[in-house]
Amino acid sequence: MSRIFLRNARLLDPASGLDRKGSLLVADGKIAELDPPLGSSTAGAKEIECQGHCLAPGLVDMRVELREPGQEHVETLESGSAAAVAGGVTTMVALPNTEPAIDDIALVEFVARRSREIGRTHIRTYAAATRGLNGREITEIGLLQAAGAVGFTDAHAAIADAVVMRRALSYARTFDALLIQHPEEPALAAGGALTEGETATRLGLPGITPAAEVMMVERDLRLVEITGARLHFAHVSTAAAIEAIRRAKAQSLPVTCDTAPAYFALNETAVGEYRTFAKLSPPLRVEEDRRAVVEGLKDGTIDAIASDHSPHPADSKRLPFTSAEAGIIGLETLLPLTLELVHNRHLTLLQALKAVSQRPAEILRLPAGRLAEGQPADLVLFDLERPYKIAVDEFRSKSKNSPFDGRPVQGRVLKTMVEGRLVFGGEA
Amino acid sequence: MTGTLSSPAYPHRHILGIEGLSPDDITLLLDKAETYVEQNRQADKKRSLLRGRTIINLFFENSTRTRTSFEVAGKRLGGDVINMSVAGSSIKKGETLIDTAMTLNAMHPDVLVVRHSESGAVHLLAQKVNCAVINAGDGAHEHPTQALLDALTIRRRKERLQGLVVAICGDILHSRVARSNIHLLNTMGARVRVVAPRTLIPSAIDRMGVEVFHDMAAGLKGVDIVMMLRLQTERMHGSFVPSTREYFHFFGLDAKKLAVAKPDALIMHPGPMNRGVEIDSEVADDIDRSLIRQQVEMGVAVRMACLEALTREIPNELSL
Repeated sequence: MSRIFLRNARLLDPASGLDRKGSLLVADGKIAELDPPLGSSTAGAKEIECQGHCLAPGLVDMRVELREPGQEHVETLESGSAAAVAGGVTTMVALPNTEPAIDDIALVEFVARRSREIGRTHIRTYAAATRGLNGREITEIGLLQAAGAVGFTDAHAAIADAVVMRRALSYARTFDALLIQHPEEPALAAGGALTEGETATRLGLPGITPAAEVMMVERDLRLVEITGARLHFAHVSTAAAIEAIRRAKAQSLPVTCDTAPAYFALNETAVGEYRTFAKLSPPLRVEEDRRAVVEGLKDGTIDAIASDHSPHPADSKRLPFTSAEAGIIGLETLLPLTLELVHNRHLTLLQALKAVSQRPAEILRLPAGRLAEGQPADLVLFDLERPYKIAVDEFRSKSKNSPFDGRPVQGRVLKTMVEGRLVFGGEA
Repeated sequence: MTGTLSSPAYPHRHILGIEGLSPDDITLLLDKAETYVEQNRQADKKRSLLRGRTIINLFFENSTRTRTSFEVAGKRLGGDVINMSVAGSSIKKGETLIDTAMTLNAMHPDVLVVRHSESGAVHLLAQKVNCAVINAGDGAHEHPTQALLDALTIRRRKERLQGLVVAICGDILHSRVARSNIHLLNTMGARVRVVAPRTLIPSAIDRMGVEVFHDMAAGLKGVDIVMMLRLQTERMHGSFVPSTREYFHFFGLDAKKLAVAKPDALIMHPGPMNRGVEIDSEVADDIDRSLIRQQVEMGVAVRMACLEALTREIPNELSL
């Protein structure tokens, strides 16, 4: 069977704390052996000379929008997969806010089938928590989970009704299923375009108070206390929400959360003079909140970093700010932006990798995120130091809505391997 | 650009907002406008400065007063003024903004005067066209010609802006007039207060360099100028304020509330007024105190100055 021998690598496995020079043998799609003795086991294997670069578990991106089915002109499972492997992402989980919404087992199976056909990154999907994301009737959580849905969420819509949320949590617990909430009190956020404060006031734009986030987090934490269900908060962005989650974790509530690179790499000033590429949901926050996100990552309150890949065509962004769509693409910038935290000495390399591989895999209970013998050979090889400028023109994603175009970063993906197959950086 | 011009040139391509203008820029425009005030009072008001130039008034939001003021200004300078009113429900927001801009741009206008209900829309449009753009009001962001005409009105009566205390009262939250005036008055060395119930004050407004009051008696104490803002009907009944009655009682300007201002304090309003809501007729019509009609007159002069400032650098063989 196909064997690949990766030699002279810096082996990194956040789960075991492994960080040393070594080599690795891949056989039959799995990590067969670390530091195999040269000889019989490596004989005949295809060799890859890693030149001392970092070899780590492939990234597990727990929040992407892929627009298929329904908006294939914006992104497809295929173009999203190309972007993923270029970004070192070997597993990604799609939000169910497609057209139609993924609220039925046939659609979950569709994503699984397309993932196999495309054969690059593993594409998994969440299913809607409520039918058609309507916020009222819960979906067939048991059947959908059995069909392969890895969690349940209404994507960008918070489940606003406390009774519906309580029942969704309670019912999900029956199947030990995970709910993912967009933590934002919708009435307070309605019509808002950026975070409330000086920038919004100066630009004359309707603001969203940062309290909208912590209010929903605190409500849901009470519901988790009642139900005991597992809940994950997506893209937390404010100091207050992070502090609420920190306290809940101290009480051992079954809650986790992630953030996206924009919330530690940018603040509200990125909006400048109505730059719609800096319009996100939740909105970019003030500098104090940005620093709190970094602190949350440092102390582990924030478990994971997800790209929050949200493709939009140019014509939905070239609009007046309030009319423009919120969201930015992120699959191809997830790793370099996360590595900024390492270069800036906020996180160790293993901490950073844990947030983009091991932790999301654990939260979603996926067989990924480990570099150890017997694990799937989903790997990324990257040059930690190589400086370059982010260039959206080179992105594989069909949409180019990134505020990071031109940003100088360090850390470039060299090769990506999924189940032992080289799916990016294949030549040589 | 052309060295033959005697007076200093306005150094910007567009007039999108007051923010970013220097005291010299503002003084230049006000001085220019001053020269048009007398001209506008003559029987023969027409000049040929803009002969051959095309000015398009592109209004995505209805406004008879501002549009008419720009139209009169353009015509008095001899320009060809075309009004395009695209307000109404048939317009799909934004998408047609760029499309409309590109279409008009292909007709080679010299100046586009644009009003839009969304903040930033005029900036966006200005990036897509080759001609000069004047912001005639964008959302709650800026309305620069209103602030300029207010400044000209004040300057003609008080002979200065520096050191004056100006209270802007009412719906600050949704007001582009308030924001442009705050920028202008601060730039010119006046002191600005805002007075309104807390629901109509945007957060962090103090960071724009104003003092915030929630009580007319305190806010108007010792001021030179009281600027009242219009309260939109849809914000009157229980959403931002409970009723017009309560609003008028606490925040409407009447002779009694005005009594704490300086004895020679003057009253302004960008119009159209809601009499009995934000302002009492007794003070609105007080010819010694109210500058409301002068504001309208100054509006034409200021808009002529803006049109001149943005077009004088464009070579025009006809006017040489």
